[in-house]
Amino acid sequence: MPAVSKGDGMRGLAVFISDIRNCKSKEAEIKRINKELANIRSKFKGDKALDGYSKKKYVCKLLFIFLLGHDIDFGHMEAVNLLSSNKYTEKQIGYLFISVLVNSNSELIRLINNAIKNDLSSRNPTFMCLALHCIANVGSREMAEAFAGEIPRILVAGDTMDSVKQSAALCLLRLYKASPDLVLMGEWTSRVVHLLNDQHMGVVTAAISLITCLSSKNPDEFKTCVSLAVSRLSRIVSSASTDLQDYTYYFVPAPWLSCKLLRLLQCYPPPEDGAVKGRLVECLETILNKAQEPPKSKKVQHSNAKNAILFEAISLIIHYDSEPNLLVRACNQLGQFLQHRETNLRYLALESMCTLASSEFSHEAVKTHIETVINALKTERDVSVRQRAADLLYAMCDRSNAKQIVAEMLSYLETADYSIREEMVLKVAILAEKYAVDYSWYVDTILNLIRIAGDYVSEEVWYRVIQIVINRDDVQGYAAKTVFEALQAPACHENMVKVGGYILGEFGNLIAGDPRSSPLVQFNLLHSKFHLCSVPTRALLLSAYIKFINLFPETKATIQEVLRSDSQIRNSDVELQQRAVEYLKLSSIASTDVLATVLEEMPPFPERESSILAKLKKKKGPGAVSVELEDGKERGELNGGGDRGGDASTPSPSADLLGLRSTAPVSGTTPSAGSLLVDVFSEAGPSATSAGVNDDGFLSSAPPTVASEDPAPPLPESDELLNKFVCKNNGVLFENQLLQIGIKSEYRQNLGRMYLFYGNKTSVQFVSFNTTVSCPGELQSHILQLEPLVEGGAQVQQVINIECLTDFIDAPLLNIKFRYGGALQNISLKLPVTINKFFQPTEMAAADFFQRWKQLSQPQQEAQKIFKASHGMDTEVLKAKLLGLGTALLENVDPNPENYVCAGVIQTKAQQVGCLLRLEPNAQAQVHTHKCILLDSRLIMCHQCKSILNSC
Amino acid sequence: MQFMLLFSRQGKLRLQKWYVPLSDKERKKISRDLVQTILARKPKMCSFLEWRDLKIVYKRYASLYFCCAVEDQDNELITLEIIHRYVELLDKYFGSVCELDIIFNFEKAYFILDEFLLGGEAQETSKKNVLKAIEQADLLQECTFPV
Repeated sequence: MPAVSKGDGMRGLAVFISDIRNCKSKEAEIKRINKELANIRSKFKGDKALDGYSKKKYVCKLLFIFLLGHDIDFGHMEAVNLLSSNKYTEKQIGYLFISVLVNSNSELIRLINNAIKNDLSSRNPTFMCLALHCIANVGSREMAEAFAGEIPRILVAGDTMDSVKQSAALCLLRLYKASPDLVLMGEWTSRVVHLLNDQHMGVVTAAISLITCLSSKNPDEFKTCVSLAVSRLSRIVSSASTDLQDYTYYFVPAPWLSCKLLRLLQCYPPPEDGAVKGRLVECLETILNKAQEPPKSKKVQHSNAKNAILFEAISLIIHYDSEPNLLVRACNQLGQFLQHRETNLRYLALESMCTLASSEFSHEAVKTHIETVINALKTERDVSVRQRAADLLYAMCDRSNAKQIVAEMLSYLETADYSIREEMVLKVAILAEKYAVDYSWYVDTILNLIRIAGDYVSEEVWYRVIQIVINRDDVQGYAAKTVFEALQAPACHENMVKVGGYILGEFGNLIAGDPRSSPLVQFNLLHSKFHLCSVPTRALLLSAYIKFINLFPETKATIQEVLRSDSQIRNSDVELQQRAVEYLKLSSIASTDVLATVLEEMPPFPERESSILAKLKKKKGPGAVSVELEDGKERGELNGGGDRGGDASTPSPSADLLGLRSTAPVSGTTPSAGSLLVDVFSEAGPSATSAGVNDDGFLSSAPPTVASEDPAPPLPESDELLNKFVCKNNGVLFENQLLQIGIKSEYRQNLGRMYLFYGNKTSVQFVSFNTTVSCPGELQSHILQLEPLVEGGAQVQQVINIECLTDFIDAPLLNIKFRYGGALQNISLKLPVTINKFFQPTEMAAADFFQRWKQLSQPQQEAQKIFKASHGMDTEVLKAKLLGLGTALLENVDPNPENYVCAGVIQTKAQQVGCLLRLEPNAQAQVHTHKCILLDSRLIMCHQCKSILNSC
Repeated sequence: MQFMLLFSRQGKLRLQKWYVPLSDKERKKISRDLVQTILARKPKMCSFLEWRDLKIVYKRYASLYFCCAVEDQDNELITLEIIHRYVELLDKYFGSVCELDIIFNFEKAYFILDEFLLGGEAQETSKKNVLKAIEQADLLQECTFPV
């Protein structure tokens, strides 16, 4: 045990610490601690009043035990008692205990605050500092409430000691960070700013942290600090290394203060005042110059301090981004660090250059260091440095060096650390796409990615390569050839099989002329991988096979054989079995024409933001790429179950970010969810046997009926019709001179059944009577076909089953075609399927309701609407409407009897979304305020509810 | 700065100072994770690492690791020198400081740190001034003040 060097020793404490250190095991330590805790407890509870020394000693022991990682649940009161001791040493230990072990017991806090108040008003600087340290260490709201008014006064008072000012400044900073609303600078602002001129360097050092924080939050109020900071910086930078006495650190004058001044200036744009700006540029130049001077000391502290200032100056230069000379100089000086023997400097240089690369003035200068950076990626021993090198290569990449950088990153991937592989893969994929001049290079790159790091290639990456191949016909043949070659490797990654299956299924015909890749060879190659693949991949391959039957009739027999085998047609996986059965049937009964239509080539994908980029942004946060995410954190997984086509792919202002395929042909496909690749790949539901829309990957989404005429656009009044049915399920859907359509529908959970009654109002028969339903991807429909003849005056009934997979906006379209006296009638209507049909009413008590109501107050969780009471204010009518909406109308829940509250759960296959509603009628204004809250953060639902509310 | 940790090569925490409000549980988890991460690093590696959304700056002095967590925009090198200055202060105060000094006089280590850094920011960077404040406090140790 070392002799206690200074101050008073606490022998008992030292003995206890020694005992703990001598414990041979964790158990022994715990035993010793429990013994001590029992001892202290009995001392605290004992009849004999403890003297200050003993109290201090025991409190200190408790503190030690707590710092060892054990829980302490007593002793707070004794510590608080120490605060008002008249012995400094006891007071000090009391404050330390409180600082480390704050307790939110309100009675204690009152006592602590009282003690602090006494010390603050004691006029004894040592006591004042102790009290301020305690406030700064605890920083709780209660303390802010008690002291936020007093501390600014102490800070700026003329007679406050320097050391107290220092503590007061940082104490205030801590309170401001915790409770900014309670710290009001107001009248003190200018005096606080003028602390930058204080004689005492320590005061300036402490005050500038406070000023920087306040400036970043209220730049206008504090903008006078700019010129003060510049002149202070200028005085430091030009001072000789001995001028500042003890504030010189290893021959560097005031490095901490210099860094903080440079950081403060980064809260503001370049100074407008020419003289101030000139002085600042001079400072920055001096800093750059000094960094080049021979070192005044060989100590690492000297170079660290000097370079800390240099890096901070470079940050400011980058922040201004307006001085080309300085930017290029900065870049050159960082370039020297790239090969410095200090790992720390290499790391920081790579990091700083990353930001320099994004400035137009220095981008070219950064690029000159490409070889060094590539070398760093290959040879650095520390993974965090290699990571920086990879980041910098990504940042400096442009059209001129993309091929080199991508090649280097690819070869690095082979040995890259597992922790950074996925990010590297995304970056390579993005660069390859962004700078692809010829798309064969792009295809090669992605296939290489899959080959080298298949496990780290996320779905987004291989979806993307398929999107691009589908959309660019100049690369399709090359892609087919390349995947064909890649698949010949004896072991290839499953992702390669997926890409191969998809591409050969679409474009295998482009290479079928070569006998080495004849249709059967292609098929056998794909099928040789089949048994090693997972179910989703096998499902994809089955779809590729049916596409083969269409592309190459000569493979039909072989493929049918495969489909017919027990391992397919009786596969225990229902998806595989279903595909095998359906494809087999399709290939046997459909005519070549029908087959060709059904299995037509996929239409081009609509333009949208690269899903890969979205993924990288999600991974790295907004700083990693140049485009901000709107709300990165709220997003679900891109391909998460219920999220298909939701927000992740919403065309955002950045949709054209990659500027890649802006000239590629875009089909008329609407950017609805159904056309997204993500959806295309989604599993088909169990009852996907429809003559209408098949959800399967390879089938194009145009209704493959034999009809030659396109369905008519929906009737203009169909939206109105839709609104009519929001709160009811039965009625007349449509009527004209010829035809009347009645509807009856019922819903249970996420399923709906609809009966449509077509009445022929004429005395002549309708011929070729044909109806189809097309659904958005979020709904699935099954329609029973009718006889093509409807006699005059007759009524026929048709059943449509609807399944809600996930939330949706667009209602399904019903198209009716028939001939009346030789003339074709073509009518499209919206079927009245709205999201509220899938409501399940939920009963809940008032307390429960309002607790949830309050929890869900994120802006994206609620929708509010004020609208005219077009249906009057009659209570019974409103009640009927709300019940018709499908929610439970909760009685005696809202304290205001005028209001209506409802609760329900929207049932979809993918998820259930709770929904709370409140309707506040305002009889005078004849308006309702309707507010809807969702247990889900997705705006899509809110919008949907808004439009439903509209029609109530 | 968000927090500072001192720990031994065996991974035992010797000092912990938190400048942001965190629950006891979170603190324990952070310390455990970080101690593990840093002890796994090799001696010649860089003193900085990205960890969650923070930057970690650390340096080893004899048997003790000094580790600071700073925010993204903070300066790594100057933080490294914060650590060094603190080591110098301890060294001057204890006279060639060793791990045992910090174990047996942990309260002093906290007092010195509070004089140097407050609320996570440098309060006084002059070695003389910090030591003067500590010495003054030591002189007061047994003085009794009228209440």
